[in-house]
Amino acid sequence: MNNFLTMEGLSKDELTSVLDLSDEFVEVLARPIPKVPALRGRTVAMLFFEPSTRTRMSFERAAKALSADTMSFSPGTSSLSKGESLKDTALTIKAMGADALVVRHSSTGAPWRIAEWTGLPVLNGGDGAHQHPTQALLDALTIRQHFGSLEGLKVAIVGDIRHSRVARSDITAFSTLGATVTLVAPRTLLPVDLGDWPVRTARAIDEVLDSDVIYLLRIQKERGGASVLPSLPEYVSRFGLTWERFARMSSDSVVMHPGPMNRGVEIAPEVADHPRSLVEPQVANGVAVRMAVLFRLLGGEAEDV
Amino acid sequence: MGCPVPSVMGADDIGRAVRRMAHEIAERNEGAGDVILVGIHTRGVPLARRLAEVIGEIEATSVPVGTLDIGLYRDDLSQRPTTALAHTQIPVDISGHAVVLVDDVLYTGRTIRAALDALADLGRPRVVQLAALVDRGHRQLPIRADFVGKNLPTSASERVWVHLTEIDGEDGVAIEERP
Repeated sequence: MNNFLTMEGLSKDELTSVLDLSDEFVEVLARPIPKVPALRGRTVAMLFFEPSTRTRMSFERAAKALSADTMSFSPGTSSLSKGESLKDTALTIKAMGADALVVRHSSTGAPWRIAEWTGLPVLNGGDGAHQHPTQALLDALTIRQHFGSLEGLKVAIVGDIRHSRVARSDITAFSTLGATVTLVAPRTLLPVDLGDWPVRTARAIDEVLDSDVIYLLRIQKERGGASVLPSLPEYVSRFGLTWERFARMSSDSVVMHPGPMNRGVEIAPEVADHPRSLVEPQVANGVAVRMAVLFRLLGGEAEDV
Repeated sequence: MGCPVPSVMGADDIGRAVRRMAHEIAERNEGAGDVILVGIHTRGVPLARRLAEVIGEIEATSVPVGTLDIGLYRDDLSQRPTTALAHTQIPVDISGHAVVLVDDVLYTGRTIRAALDALADLGRPRVVQLAALVDRGHRQLPIRADFVGKNLPTSASERVWVHLTEIDGEDGVAIEERP
């Protein structure tokens, strides 16, 4: 593995082996000293050209738990605001001695370009509405921990699919691992062309309350998600996971959300805080899967000793 | 995959060595009451289980067995691509206990150095001892075994094979000239 840019093209075996490795890091994070020296002396640079709290902090925590050093960058305070090009920024950070780059950018494909320019291992921390592969890994790990396997599970993804890189990566990961994925959204928040996506669609959340997993997405106002909706109350009435709807779901089912949550819109506050909400395990698992991917990209194999 | 000839230990030899080492571990630790055996993946794990079984018979006590993967503590991580990690699981808190690390072959000592670092992150044992089925020499670090099944003089160009039934379907130790 030289880069980790997309969920596309990963086989079931490859995906499973990354999840198995992540399980070992779940164990590491539960130790009295949750830190291992595996990446001592390596430097991971965080290039977040788009705001992020949880993904950036999660990558930093993952790198530090592997004893790597981290460098961080935020667009507001950088030379980008002085007109520096993306390429020059990336090459400058490479020259400082970064061994790997975590890139988040509002433009689809930016992490690929940066990988070409720098020749460094690049981890995609989210590009536009395209891919967010470590989110898909942590979601798959969380579901696997809860149900033992994704094989045969019914997963419904509800909300702003059109603007969601999480949905794109999740659809690929979940279906590769054997789950059946149903997308639930107003027409205006579904992609114009679903093409060959391995999914079904439904018109209202009431049609998917028999799912094993309901995965909720927020309306992405920053990508224009709110402008295509008639009104929020109307959205909630057809697509919000209210307490009343949650009560109709099976007692074995779970609810997930990648955050940030808009309580009272896509998810009722009581549902978000319910024991069958996996929001907190999702965040905790994020650190473990990012450790696994960093270790895959920067670690090495045993010599014969 | 069968053991290449010439074989230097057969199943009976391994059985006798394990029994002797178990007795030595019990003797050194005055009955093994606070001993935890920690097997280093891969073949240290079944060896630790065998030692625990024999010590359990001798002392009529149950000895906890843990497993340790040292993949995250190696000093050669930057030189090779990664493989999977095996499971690290220690059933009890090692702090204050006598931990006996168990491995199949003691060679450069680098694996044991890594295992000591890993243990230090898991707790603070009262004492750490080392049991190895085969000590083949060529140490690169100041490390020695407390319990040895067989001292096996080798040249660095040779490869030592340890096969155990639990993993390889048969018991045996052999030396092979590296191709």
